[in-house]
Amino acid sequence: MTTSTPTDVRWAAVRAGLSRGWLETKYSLQEPGDVIWIVAFPVIYAVVLLFMRGSTVPGTDFALGAMVLPSLVGMSIAFGGLTGPASTIAVDREDGTLLRAKATPDGMVGYLVGKILLFALTTLVSLVALVIPAFTVAGDLRLDARTGVLLVLIFVVGMVATVPISVALGSLFKTASQTGLLFLGSMLLIVPSGIFYPITALPVWLQWVGQAFPYYWLGLGARSAMLPESMVAAEIGESWRTAEMFAVLGVWALVGMVLAPIVLRRMARRESGSTVAAARERYMSKGY
Amino acid sequence: MSERNGPRPSSDVALDVRDLWMRYGTKDVLQGVSFTAQRGEVVALLGPNGAGKTTTIEILEGFRMRSAGEVLVLGQDPAHGDEAWRARLGVVLQSWRDHGRWRVRDLLGYLARFYVPYSTPEVSRPWDVEELIRVVGLAEQANAKVQTLSGGQRRRLDVAIGIVGRPELVFLDEPTAGFDPHARREFHDLVHRLADFENTTVLLTTHDLDEAEKLADRILVLDEGTIIANGSADQLARELTTQAEVRWTSEGRRHVHAVTEGDPTRFVRELLTQDAGATDLEVRRASLEDTYMSLVHRAEADPAGQADRTGPVGTDQTEEAQS
Repeated sequence: MTTSTPTDVRWAAVRAGLSRGWLETKYSLQEPGDVIWIVAFPVIYAVVLLFMRGSTVPGTDFALGAMVLPSLVGMSIAFGGLTGPASTIAVDREDGTLLRAKATPDGMVGYLVGKILLFALTTLVSLVALVIPAFTVAGDLRLDARTGVLLVLIFVVGMVATVPISVALGSLFKTASQTGLLFLGSMLLIVPSGIFYPITALPVWLQWVGQAFPYYWLGLGARSAMLPESMVAAEIGESWRTAEMFAVLGVWALVGMVLAPIVLRRMARRESGSTVAAARERYMSKGY
Repeated sequence: MSERNGPRPSSDVALDVRDLWMRYGTKDVLQGVSFTAQRGEVVALLGPNGAGKTTTIEILEGFRMRSAGEVLVLGQDPAHGDEAWRARLGVVLQSWRDHGRWRVRDLLGYLARFYVPYSTPEVSRPWDVEELIRVVGLAEQANAKVQTLSGGQRRRLDVAIGIVGRPELVFLDEPTAGFDPHARREFHDLVHRLADFENTTVLLTTHDLDEAEKLADRILVLDEGTIIANGSADQLARELTTQAEVRWTSEGRRHVHAVTEGDPTRFVRELLTQDAGATDLEVRRASLEDTYMSLVHRAEADPAGQADRTGPVGTDQTEEAQS
């Protein structure tokens, strides 16, 4: 055979994937349609801040706008990781991108690494953009070394917990248009996730729904990193529940990492020139 | 090359297909297809739409599971082909919208990276990207976005992607569908170059006899899931065109006799011995084109042939329902 070991081959594919992720991020940031998505949360946050001017968290003199920021940070991570990969996989499956990956040795590895890097980088850009309107409330936030470490940790864990499950979901969709459901579902899940309003103000059954998904936990994690200690009073059990947060996100990561390769492989096995041709025909017959 | 393939006696055989069957639901799309291709050979799989060409090539590419039969592609069963095997294959896919934002050079450079670990002293992989861009005639478009390429340019990019890993065997499914005559000719030159300079085995499918004649060393005619002829264009003409018409004039009347089987010579010899007054003798064989066209017409008129065409898609849905 060749002189290369399997490790060499895998590394070549991972490196190729990193270059893919970097290139796709570059292309994405040059595309106005994508940029709108990336800066959507920062813009929404700026508007929310405008409306929340002068309002405080009930029972305290803490600015409501400052409390929402960390929740939005957590939500951006969850939203980017959960919806992004699923929707691109469905699109890439229809247009033949996945088939090309399949026709390339270890191309699927490169493809996945590329996607993870792409969503990590674009989510990061989105988070950085969030900082701009956040300056107005910076005085109320807790910003020290612990904040930095926790935020990096939450970002990494958040990506690991959401991207694989999203890949698995995206592989289950049969057409790109079905990913709309995922967006809708994600929007609905934001309601019981304590993003814009403390979760303790919600009915108990809704609190449980919220606590089943990464949105709540990533928001909680970001709040624990950025809010002063006194704000813990607004949380369930008056605790940041850091251990529970990592446990729940860990379960999501585990489930995702077990499911994603199985579902992805099963889906990819069916891809061939004629399935892409069929998707193309379906698309053309719709007339747009 | 032999070193890489070990002591296998069939190292000169790139493709070995024996009694290949493919069933979609209750329909047998392939019914015992058998053929081989030697290294460096350009083989065309010719047949009307729905004959089973795409199904065959997708089984060989390892993208589709066969129902029965033995298949060896570069010495491996494509159903269990590993990544090292995949690295020796080139699949020219019909691009549509994929990688539309990518720049031509970036895309080829990205895909080339995967083949670096598969470089051997005999075959240095991958192809140098700049050189490849020149070879396929995309030098001016090297920095263009894929979505801005014309149909012909995009197809040349597809070929470049298919061969960037310097494959030993290349699959081309209906490579010139939708080409204008100029683009088609450029494409043919490219395939010739591949086979001549790179000693690459090429298997292509086409429904165009003219294209098969121009490109292939050998043509396999696939009709209703079986190979009905196998050989060079000349051999095909002899094998397939069994029909001949003998016309002559005798006693002021014109006669026509159709010889449907075998050589018309015997009939002519008998005619001339029996009928001394025969004049204006004319023996006309149907051309290969006539024969192939009648095959195509029959396939198009036949509703079963049309069901066949949608077969693969329908089956995919059944597969999905089952799993």
